[in-house]
Amino acid sequence: MRQEYLNIKRIEGPLIVLENVDNPSYGEIIEIRMEDHKIRMGKVIKIEEKLVIAQVFEGTQGLSTNNTAIKFTGKPFELNVSKEVLGRAFNGVGKPIDDGGEIYSKHRYNINGRPINPVARRYPRDYIQTGISTIDTLMTLIRGQKLPIFSGNGLPHNEIAAQIVRQAKLRDAENKKFAVVFAAIGIKNDDAAFFKTSFEDAGVMENVVMFLNLADDPIVERISTPRCALTAAEYLAFEQDYDILVVMTDITSYCEALREISSAREEVPSRKGYPGYLYSDLATLYERAGVIHHKEGSITFLPILTMPNDDISHPIPDLTGYITEGQIVLGRDLHRNNLYPPVSVLPSLSRLMKDGIGEGFTREDHPDVSNQLFATYSRVQDVRALAQIIGENDLSEMDQKIMDFGRAFEAKFVTQNMNEERTIDQSIEIAWELLRILPKSELDRIDDEILNKYY
Amino acid sequence: MRNDAKVIMINGPVVKGRGMANFKMREMVMVGRQKLIGEVIGLDGDVGTVQVYEETEGLMLYEEITSTGKPLSLKLGPGLLKNMFDGIERPLKRLQELSGDFIAEGIGLITIDEDKEWYVEMVVKKGDYVDEGYTIGVVPETSVIEHRIMMPPGKNGRVVHCVQDGRYKLNDVICVLETEDHEKIEVKLYQEWPVREPRPILERKALTIPLLTGQRVLDVFFPIAKGGTAAIPGGFGTGKTMTQHQLAKWSDADIIVYIGCGERGNEMTDVLNEFPKLKDPISGKSIMERTVLIANTSNMPVAAREASIYTGITIAEYYRDMGYHVAIMADSTSRWAEALRELSGRLEEMPAEEGFPAYLPSRLAGFYERAGLVETLCGQEASVTIIGAVSPAGGDFSEPVTENTKRYVNAFLALDKKLAYARHYPAINWLDSYSGYLKMLSDWYSNFVSENLMELRAEMIKVLHEEDKLIDIVQLVGEDVLPDDQRLILEIAKVIKVGFLQQNAFHKEDTYVPIQKQHLMLEIINYLYERGKEAIKLGIPISVVKNDELYSKVTRIKYTIKNDNLQDFGYLMQAIDAFYEPLIRKYK
Repeated sequence: MRQEYLNIKRIEGPLIVLENVDNPSYGEIIEIRMEDHKIRMGKVIKIEEKLVIAQVFEGTQGLSTNNTAIKFTGKPFELNVSKEVLGRAFNGVGKPIDDGGEIYSKHRYNINGRPINPVARRYPRDYIQTGISTIDTLMTLIRGQKLPIFSGNGLPHNEIAAQIVRQAKLRDAENKKFAVVFAAIGIKNDDAAFFKTSFEDAGVMENVVMFLNLADDPIVERISTPRCALTAAEYLAFEQDYDILVVMTDITSYCEALREISSAREEVPSRKGYPGYLYSDLATLYERAGVIHHKEGSITFLPILTMPNDDISHPIPDLTGYITEGQIVLGRDLHRNNLYPPVSVLPSLSRLMKDGIGEGFTREDHPDVSNQLFATYSRVQDVRALAQIIGENDLSEMDQKIMDFGRAFEAKFVTQNMNEERTIDQSIEIAWELLRILPKSELDRIDDEILNKYY
Repeated sequence: MRNDAKVIMINGPVVKGRGMANFKMREMVMVGRQKLIGEVIGLDGDVGTVQVYEETEGLMLYEEITSTGKPLSLKLGPGLLKNMFDGIERPLKRLQELSGDFIAEGIGLITIDEDKEWYVEMVVKKGDYVDEGYTIGVVPETSVIEHRIMMPPGKNGRVVHCVQDGRYKLNDVICVLETEDHEKIEVKLYQEWPVREPRPILERKALTIPLLTGQRVLDVFFPIAKGGTAAIPGGFGTGKTMTQHQLAKWSDADIIVYIGCGERGNEMTDVLNEFPKLKDPISGKSIMERTVLIANTSNMPVAAREASIYTGITIAEYYRDMGYHVAIMADSTSRWAEALRELSGRLEEMPAEEGFPAYLPSRLAGFYERAGLVETLCGQEASVTIIGAVSPAGGDFSEPVTENTKRYVNAFLALDKKLAYARHYPAINWLDSYSGYLKMLSDWYSNFVSENLMELRAEMIKVLHEEDKLIDIVQLVGEDVLPDDQRLILEIAKVIKVGFLQQNAFHKEDTYVPIQKQHLMLEIINYLYERGKEAIKLGIPISVVKNDELYSKVTRIKYTIKNDNLQDFGYLMQAIDAFYEPLIRKYK
């Protein structure tokens, strides 16, 4: 039995500093017994000879330098995971918060996971039909992809995520095992409640695992919440053959927690005070999505982040975009015009769709149609800018058609109901209907053969 | 020598040890009971600082640090090609066999396969005097590349013993030489070289040959020279990786070294899937046969990311020394710079701009300066070309990595968000990009392609620049108010942009275009422009001059005229004449 330490040398924000610890190991978990015998968890984040610095997950309020007993477990942060986690709710450090009791399992899993060997990865190519036209046609979600939703405060990202959870369908989806892992990081109670209700409405509740760290929960737990969730996801996907959809909101709270701890550690900040390792740190989350050779299951990752001040060049969306395989960007102007879902098409992108659509996957005309929609809609923006100056009536005939296209695109293609589910076929058909507004010669992104067949 | 170095500080990948007075700077060490691989990066009296290339979780205070006595170096020999390594040259396939689908720590330093037998054909015989860099034997490493086993740099001597041609393993001695001081040198199938040290050459040469890529915007507009340096900066989603992949696939280099530095795991998987299927337009063999892959994905340890760039360039130099033209694609150098920043932060160094260390520019310079067209030790002409992707934070080119990279590269291929949004790929902005190699290469182009290619290029660039100015006016008052000659410029610019600059990487005819076709395409577009100008001068209105059918025909030549059927350009030329001749005659 290892000894307990009764003195804390220093307490700084979420961190504690201990002195003269025997053989501490980097990253190990410590247990802090409080006066009321409640146990808090901490993790060693730096060792400096005589000093050990640890972060306390549940926060340091109530701690004094001499009212605790601290035990070093010698183990990294590990989580019990079994199939029983389905339908359950946990807090940010993986403790059950419903009344279902503890989870028992043969193995305990290190929540940090390990990097997937690139040669073990299978390249994702099966598309997931979300039933949302913009996403399916223009930024197709692929099984095993990490595709974040870049949103802003007050935009309906939660509704869109819930709609995707409700409607997501895999190609040849029959008798596949499907489950959702939901991680809430520092979100409002109402938002968490909204997700709960929508999972219930969708009838998937018994296939949902929830890890909840709400806005008033301890900051340090925000660091462990996504890791616990992804550990559960990895177990279900790669050991139990489930297709997992991980919905995680809000990455911005996660990054802010990271910044808070970093500044408590007096680290050299880089952009906007975020630590220099923000990119690597986010990558250790996002890169856990994927499909592996010889394994049935998959992790598809749908993180949601709210861009501070709607600024896409803010470090959080910026670094995220560099790691994830595309992004779905929501636009405030569309939202103001009462459009749902307000998907801002031009900056959105799915990097994996090129290999998951087209002949043999969706439809042979899908790649060209998608390209043409992007190109034409980008032209709409230029023509609109012009129309604002010279007035719409003075536009050339072609430009007026482009304007018509723009309006129809937003009204018929982008807009759809919160519970309206369109198949990819239907979405592409609507796209053709819109493209026919323009003469054939303007559709320069579409192959002649396809143009003749579908126009 | 007694070794009692002990860990006294752990902070992520940075570890400090006491009792390290006998350790050397940049020496490779093993840390702790798991023998994690690390490198000494600082010494202060008795205390040494080590960056560890593996995850340090679980490492304990006072665990042992053992010295290996040598700097971080690579085994260079047959088995590099067609292989994928991590940042410190460990084959990922082997790691998978040892630790499964997820990479574990403590596997130790493994490298190219030591058990595989290679057929060696000896070039030297007993009694020969062999100088450094000269070939001792050759191994057919892949179907297209002959691996030359060379005399290691700094060594020379007379052959006293050499083996028969036959199958040998990496560690077999194939040749023994004796120096003038009667020292024995044993040559095996591999040699070791420290990654941070450039391999020696005889001399650098002026750059005169282009690296042809089959990508129109590069070959004609912003060419890269063999032995040159280029940077591809762009915000996320602008197609850096796509462009790098296209270059890796179609460049006419003999060897490609592709470094996935801090990027996505799936991108490396994509390369692994796709490259073996693609055929090199010159050799007709799979392009994997000439490719070395290095992968340190964004979630792999950050210190190994710092090393991966050096690993890649050292391998490139090794093949260069055999007399090959090597091109190295580093995607992305920003992640490497960020790895430097992260380590620097953990070392509590004084930061310069945006938290990057003050030595960032010198490190970048040191990397890019390892490119060059050279005369190798054995007198052959060979080159290393470096093409680095840069991922500027927020897509803003004024950040430190882009700014400093710009100082050391000669070709700058700026990717543009607006073009990418409009799905204009490759999204290389023709106004912001530049190539410093135009002058150096113009002789080559006029000798081997066409005398007028550079003139055509200049003409087309002029049209694009004119268009840019006109667009400002158009956006204020609309197109209709412009005079017809200026509207013609707008129309021709559109043909250049859609018909020439845009290139479809997924179209089998368009993904790679030989330089001859690129030239003819420009000729046709220019001809269309010339005839148009002629007609406009006679007062023919633009609505007649710009014939939709004809323009659309020219715009689609990239698809309609096959790469191996270039005489079709003649017919198109006739079609243009057939339209303009009667028109011009009528108005005359």
